[in-house]
Amino acid sequence: MLYAIRSLPFLWGGLLITLQVSALVVLLSLIAGVVLGIGIVYGPRWIYWPIRIYSDFLRGIPLLVLIFFIYYALPLIGVNFTNVMSVVVALSAFEAAHIIEVVRGAIQSIHRGQNEAAKAIGLRFTQRLLYVIAPQAIRRFLPPWINAVVDTVKGSALVSLVGIVDLTLAIQQVIGRTYIPMPLYVLGAVMYFVINYTLSSASRRLESRFAYIRE
Amino acid sequence: MTESTSPKPVVSIRAVKKSFGANRVLDGIDLDVHKGQVVVVIGPSGSGKTTLLRCINLLETYDEGSIQVDGVEVGFRDGSAGVRQPRRDRDLARIRADIGMVFQLFNLFPHLTALENVMLGLRKVRGRSSAEARKIAEQWLARVGLGDKLDSLPSQLSGGQQQRVGIARAVAMDPKVLLLDEITSALDPELVGEVLTVVQELAKDGMTMIVVTHEMTFARDVGTRIVFMDGGRIQIQGTPREVLSATGHDRLKSFLARIEMKHH
Repeated sequence: MLYAIRSLPFLWGGLLITLQVSALVVLLSLIAGVVLGIGIVYGPRWIYWPIRIYSDFLRGIPLLVLIFFIYYALPLIGVNFTNVMSVVVALSAFEAAHIIEVVRGAIQSIHRGQNEAAKAIGLRFTQRLLYVIAPQAIRRFLPPWINAVVDTVKGSALVSLVGIVDLTLAIQQVIGRTYIPMPLYVLGAVMYFVINYTLSSASRRLESRFAYIRE
Repeated sequence: MTESTSPKPVVSIRAVKKSFGANRVLDGIDLDVHKGQVVVVIGPSGSGKTTLLRCINLLETYDEGSIQVDGVEVGFRDGSAGVRQPRRDRDLARIRADIGMVFQLFNLFPHLTALENVMLGLRKVRGRSSAEARKIAEQWLARVGLGDKLDSLPSQLSGGQQQRVGIARAVAMDPKVLLLDEITSALDPELVGEVLTVVQELAKDGMTMIVVTHEMTFARDVGTRIVFMDGGRIQIQGTPREVLSATGHDRLKSFLARIEMKHH
């Protein structure tokens, strides 16, 4: 047990990696997902189809395969990422594919009369999006997006597969030295749970802030 | 004021045709609406009257012909070699800002209060300051009898109240013409009157309007002109007296009989 406590600073380092990777992926996938999601709803055909194929394809393959592909296969055609970056890119691309669908669903759930009313008073496309569509769509966007964020935090454990010492790998290494797996795995599980529980309760508070919009 | 002596019309529609697939919904429409006129468009469902209205502010595109509002072609710009090209969103927005529209299902912005609904266009399209926009919006909401509902969300208002906010939102932009698309069809019968009263007052103040409605009493009392559409064409038009007493017109007669039956 003493070993476990002495190993806390080491685990803390792993936790920071997990949080940093997660934060970066959440940010990148949010930007990419929202931009592409708006593109798939409002864009012309030649924008629609590439995004459609991208989203369907990435949602259809295991994340692990995608990480290995980027880490091991892309260097063969001259695209080199560091081990951290290949996981960040893989996770971001994967989550973005999901967020595209979330954005599409959120926007399309808004009655088309809203867009027409916004057009009728003379708002331009970006204004319609900003002042009329987005404020309503965000309510439908938040719950599934928070799920995606939680998935990201858990998925970030896959960085350990390419040799990065995140929370998961740090725990395994400490177990390797101390041979006391049970308390350490429980500790690790608790840490993941605390992060994700914090996220979901924050999301519930956010959702209730937007609940004043009734159907 | 007869049409021949008045200056150029606010809305001028010439030979407009439109199809949805193989279905021709507008089959050569000609219509002029002059300043201060209230043109009431009636006709059975599927006659193309709502589509015509939605073409005027280009919520629907039209395939052929011309629609001009205040002398400006709505749907197209002149491209190179005189080929008509669809307008860009930015140009359309500028044109639409001068064309008010009130919808059957109100289409108020549910996340904004009554006041904010009316202020949005004034702020973002007209570029008014927050204080100016608020003042104009408050005045219009007071005029439609909602001076005490400024901070209510649409979900807290009755249908009739929501539709009056819808009217205030449209007229606050000071449009050249106001398009009313069956604005009382979704209302409970007892709420129709409060909305039509507001429209009647706007008419009295000289607002130019094109009104699609099934309210024949309103058409007769407020309309400068009644246009009867069927099968994508204007079958007959004239003063309310002329049209409603045109007993020789079979399609009109059967339409009016059906409307009559529904209301009694």
